[in-house]
Amino acid sequence: MVNKVTVYSTAACPYCAMVKNYLTQNKIQFDNYDVGKNREKAMEMVQKSGQMGVPVVDIDGRIIIGFDKPAITKALGL
Amino acid sequence: MTMYDLIIIGAGPAGITAGVYAARKRMNFLILTKDVGGQAGWSGDVENYIGYQFISGPELVEKFREHLQKFDVEIREGEPATLIKRENNLIHAQTEQGSYEARTVIVASGRNPRKLGAEGEEQYRNRGVTYCATCDGPLFADKDVAVVGGGNSGFDAVLQLVKIARHIHVVEIAPEIRADSIMVEKARESGIVSIHTSSRVKSFFGDMFLKGIKMEEEGKELDIPVEGAFIEIGSLPVSAIVKDVKTNPYGEIIVDCKCRTNIPGIFAAGDVTDVPAKQIIVACGEGCKALLGAFEYLSTEKSV
Repeated sequence: MVNKVTVYSTAACPYCAMVKNYLTQNKIQFDNYDVGKNREKAMEMVQKSGQMGVPVVDIDGRIIIGFDKPAITKALGL
Repeated sequence: MTMYDLIIIGAGPAGITAGVYAARKRMNFLILTKDVGGQAGWSGDVENYIGYQFISGPELVEKFREHLQKFDVEIREGEPATLIKRENNLIHAQTEQGSYEARTVIVASGRNPRKLGAEGEEQYRNRGVTYCATCDGPLFADKDVAVVGGGNSGFDAVLQLVKIARHIHVVEIAPEIRADSIMVEKARESGIVSIHTSSRVKSFFGDMFLKGIKMEEEGKELDIPVEGAFIEIGSLPVSAIVKDVKTNPYGEIIVDCKCRTNIPGIFAAGDVTDVPAKQIIVACGEGCKALLGAFEYLSTEKSV
């Protein structure tokens, strides 16, 4: 069972929208941070993922970079 | 193994349109794709898709997806084809996850951003080097950045970045800027854009993240300290996955008026082909033509 899902995204990025749509469609609750506006969360994203590309998804500590649907599906146990 | 009537490679505007037509003809088909939307999803504002006076790229893609998923369609997202070949009158499509067989294939694999090929580009990818200003631009607030490429897509990136970055260096290999002058004027008015023509990026340097680029400007070497570099030098067709297919010198798959390639049973549509206008509305039309071509091929093949 998944406990905590965090999405790091920017406002206009299409893959970020795809990640958020996919989570919503599957009724997964998540926290979304706009790293273009939130510097602290941007730093946290870089620390967790070791890179600066968006989106980044943290699923119970599993870090997934980009809209990697198979990886997200697996991490969520869908 | 399931034998499909058709496999569609890619789910951008061309692939999705082919999919809607195939579903309405109740064909037994499969879509293999990296993502849904393709380059259309990266477009900012779309103001020339008829019926919508104004819609954003991602919104239009959502409409396309809804239309396709109105039908019961087998779509494997996150599973792009790595090889397509014809053998024993059948078309085989391979992915990293498996292999599939069909009597026809529509290649609608689109285009990928072109890479510069400079030293350090791969190393600093997503560590400062990026190919999507729309996505990654906001992470470079108050930082010095470079945009490589002085065409319209380069200046499109510049105009997104003028609201965010501290200073922007435009690096263009040609002696003159090719972008529309209205865009260049807007960029200049911001007062934070330096334009380097006759300039070539030699390498990217830094520690774990990008710290700057080494370049050659009019024969002289110089280092520009930047934390971000946006590569905007056009795109390349994803055609090398199709074995033995004929392409033009730009790598675009050559098609006839029915979207047939030189290989029987393999059709192609959209930006991967040599059809001149790279537009969403044209790609949709070509996807339709390719499907009707494939459908006709299947019915004549059956009767032989």
